[in-house]
Amino acid sequence: MPSRTCSHSPSGFGKSLPEQGLLLLVVLVLLEGSVLPLGAASSPDVSHQDDSHNHKVADHGVNATKKVFPVLDVDYHHIQTPFEISLWVLLASLMKLGFHLIPRLSSIVPESCLLIVVGLLVGGLIKLAGEQVPPVLDSRLFFLCLLPPIILDAGYFLPIRPFMENVGTILMFAVVGTVWNAFFVGGLLYAVCQIQPANPSSLHSIELLHCLLFGSIISAVDPVAVLAVFEEIHINELLHILVFGESLLNDAVTVVLYHLFVEYAGVGTVTVMDGFLGVISFLVVALGGVLVGAIYGILAAFTSRFTSHTRVIEPLFVFVYSYMAYLSAEMFHLSGIMALIACGAVMRPYVEANISHKSHTTIKYFLKMWSSVSETLIFIFLGVATVDGPHSWNWTFVTVTVILCLVARVIGVVGLTYIINKFRIVKLTTKDQFIVAYGGLRGAIAFSLGFLLDQNQFAHRKMFLTAIITVIFFTVFVQGMTIKPLVELLAVKKKQEAKRSINEEIHTQFLDHLLTGIEDICGHYGHHHWKDKLNRFNKKYVKKCLIAGERSKEPQLIAFYHKMEMKQAIELVESGGGVKLPSAVPSTVSMQNIQPKKPPPAKAAERALPQLPKGREEEIRKILRSNLQRTRQRLRSYNRHTLVADPYEDGFSDLLIKKQKMIELEKKIKEMNNYLTVPAAPPDSPTMCRARLASGRDTDFKPAQQQKGNKICPDPQAYSMKPVSDSVPVIQVDLASPQSPDSVNVMDEFRRANQEEDQGLMMKPPQGSSGSNKPGEADTTRDQQRLMRCLSDPGPSADEDEDEPFLP
Amino acid sequence: MGALQSSPGQPEYIDLAEKTGFSFEQIGVLHKRFKQLSHNETTLRRDHFNEIPDLACNPIRAQIIEAFFDRRNYRQNGEGTVDEIGFEEFLVVMSHFRPPSLNMTDEQRESVRKEKLRFLFNMHDTDNDGTITLEEYRHVVEELLSRSGALGKETAKSIADAAMLEVASISMGHMEPDEFYEGITFEHFLKLLAGFEIESKMNIRFLNMDTTTLCK
Repeated sequence: MPSRTCSHSPSGFGKSLPEQGLLLLVVLVLLEGSVLPLGAASSPDVSHQDDSHNHKVADHGVNATKKVFPVLDVDYHHIQTPFEISLWVLLASLMKLGFHLIPRLSSIVPESCLLIVVGLLVGGLIKLAGEQVPPVLDSRLFFLCLLPPIILDAGYFLPIRPFMENVGTILMFAVVGTVWNAFFVGGLLYAVCQIQPANPSSLHSIELLHCLLFGSIISAVDPVAVLAVFEEIHINELLHILVFGESLLNDAVTVVLYHLFVEYAGVGTVTVMDGFLGVISFLVVALGGVLVGAIYGILAAFTSRFTSHTRVIEPLFVFVYSYMAYLSAEMFHLSGIMALIACGAVMRPYVEANISHKSHTTIKYFLKMWSSVSETLIFIFLGVATVDGPHSWNWTFVTVTVILCLVARVIGVVGLTYIINKFRIVKLTTKDQFIVAYGGLRGAIAFSLGFLLDQNQFAHRKMFLTAIITVIFFTVFVQGMTIKPLVELLAVKKKQEAKRSINEEIHTQFLDHLLTGIEDICGHYGHHHWKDKLNRFNKKYVKKCLIAGERSKEPQLIAFYHKMEMKQAIELVESGGGVKLPSAVPSTVSMQNIQPKKPPPAKAAERALPQLPKGREEEIRKILRSNLQRTRQRLRSYNRHTLVADPYEDGFSDLLIKKQKMIELEKKIKEMNNYLTVPAAPPDSPTMCRARLASGRDTDFKPAQQQKGNKICPDPQAYSMKPVSDSVPVIQVDLASPQSPDSVNVMDEFRRANQEEDQGLMMKPPQGSSGSNKPGEADTTRDQQRLMRCLSDPGPSADEDEDEPFLP
Repeated sequence: MGALQSSPGQPEYIDLAEKTGFSFEQIGVLHKRFKQLSHNETTLRRDHFNEIPDLACNPIRAQIIEAFFDRRNYRQNGEGTVDEIGFEEFLVVMSHFRPPSLNMTDEQRESVRKEKLRFLFNMHDTDNDGTITLEEYRHVVEELLSRSGALGKETAKSIADAAMLEVASISMGHMEPDEFYEGITFEHFLKLLAGFEIESKMNIRFLNMDTTTLCK
């Protein structure tokens, strides 16, 4: 969750009026939530009686005692469930808002802690009100509704490259580490419970299998908690992916161990055969989950290939297929989490190549929204369930559990790292090990699994739950709060914020091929070799199948380049040109500085300068046009409602500023031309079809530089505009001035621009003949449509993580 | 020579191990591979490399092979190219891909980084003038995109131009409109890939086992 800086609240504790209002709102919501159920108790009778009475009146029409027709009636039961759900969600969201208004709190205490505290408060309030606390952390609700969005979000945006590079390490931690934890904690707990023979306590009745079951529940690192805490500390990619990957992949182990021990705890013994079956079961659960996810992922990718005409429901396919993957896996008792991860990771590169920009944004924001709300709800419910939950406190059990969990984690990490480092190229240092060990947080999954236990079968369920909650609180509060200062103290490497540059991308690709080549020469079939084989397989067969149209052949470097320049174009337009060109390093270096010098040619044809395809230039104009279009439309509506164009109205100065900005923007666009030189997509690309649907308004304008020229020829591609017919005086600004119905010929613009501009960057005019007109115009169309894809949506904020290509 | 030479005695290995940092087992394995590639001759030529089937589908095959015959990579400050190489040169070139050891000081790590980046630089700078010109960089990108047919040519130029512009911006910062940026020097190259962490990436795992029978 990105923390938003609060712009209007002063530092310190002074609260301004909006914040007070917000707090009041929150309190009201809380009261409403707790009071209404009370009111509901009394109203149903009334409403039912009214109903029956009215019924009678309607049926018989006789003079039964005619009640007054209920003009206003309260029927709470009718809407109770959705209403309460909405209330909880609203509460969660308001809490999230509230935290960021308190300036210092959010930097000291991680959000998860605050949310648990809020949950405790709410639970306490409800209990004080005398109501029964709703069983909010119902396992079904948790596993079927609250958990999937978080996992899907994690899986869809999983950075594939670092994950795959470290998959061996991650699997070691997830599988071996979790098993070790489970047995260590379970076994030692049993041993501890058995001591003190002189003083037989209730602990003695715990069986070994119950302890092992408890150990397996408590030993799994929780993805929700890890996500919540690690989001805020921004450590380097390697550590993040290690802990996070472990928390995702250990689900398979947890599922198997849990079911194994639940099954056999009833029987009382476990044989070697059962252990063997357990191992087989683990493989089935893990691989089966991944397989189910991959199948659904491929289906989703295949479906997205055909969605070019129904762009609106594209995100729906992503969500529904993923959810079905999760449910299908859960149906077979396979690992639902791994299915979700596999589904998201498999479908992503293909779906993203197929869907529109808007759908991409929709998917991203919906996933973030749902996962954020889910996470908030989970923590609040954890707090509420703590207040409510049946507790049975036992000092020995709980403290021993906490200590054992910590010890087991540390020993496991250190031991495993020792083994893993023998196989790793980049070894894990002690600092890394410490962070990995310290980041092993437990969370709501453990609690839900404990909640699922049958009270009749497991006599000590209450004690287990209490212990689980204590461990969760301990890890989330103590470890969660202290990890940030520890990271600072130990000077752990933080996440690099640098943008990915085209040079790095080139060299990443180059290095991949180089290393593969060296491996082939050496004769060692290392993982570069296999990765290269997989890439080639992907390119040859899979992409053709799953990606629509021409984009299936687009090499990855070009795809990356496209993305970059689209981003640049969007950023440039959004910044309105007033800000300097959004490059990583502001500099005055432009294209001409790097071109090899040639003797000064007389004709432009001899210049060895990058030829801008004509379409590009048109693209740029379209950027300007559509941006200004918005301005002008605002202008128009503004004018329609005001009878007199008052030059001293507020809008006027804005217009002047805008005009200034546009001129600067054009200059910047020219400088930017060096990036926008990739030829347009071929005609049958999804961009074209989509743009045909999206093609819009018919307005036109001439950029400032063209005002000087007066050669106007019809150009079928440019928008044609409706002449201004109303007699309302319009604010006359150059950019918005009404045009003659003709529009501008692209070629002539170029020629004129060439002569007028004295900047270094040149555009080569096409070689005159009308024959070249056609391909140029077709080019234009393609570019313009392609640009519509990105311009119709302001686009997501620059978030580099998602740009990781699959199988780079 | 040739078939009679079974394995060089330990003294030769010691010398090589010191020079390149490989272990004895690794040198032994690589020696076997060398002999397999050269059909038991003492020197390797370019056509020996061309016979490796896996290498055929690598887009930058030519550059990789050239790197082995480039005297700049032999750590003797030589220049120019040779036509055939012995086992020692083979090993020296291979040693550029050794992973850095765990306990390294910062200076050692820095020198390893420089060495690897120097190797990459030499691969790009084919005419050996100390700078990567725009033409050479374009060639690099074209090779990378060589598998994508007609689409590649046009785009490769633009991508190379954009990349060059970025290097120039990073290294030079401010340039007058009539100044000319000659090419990427080694210092600029270092600056460019400063955040790339090449010492962790440009490594392959040299096995201690003999896998020559498994691979072609």
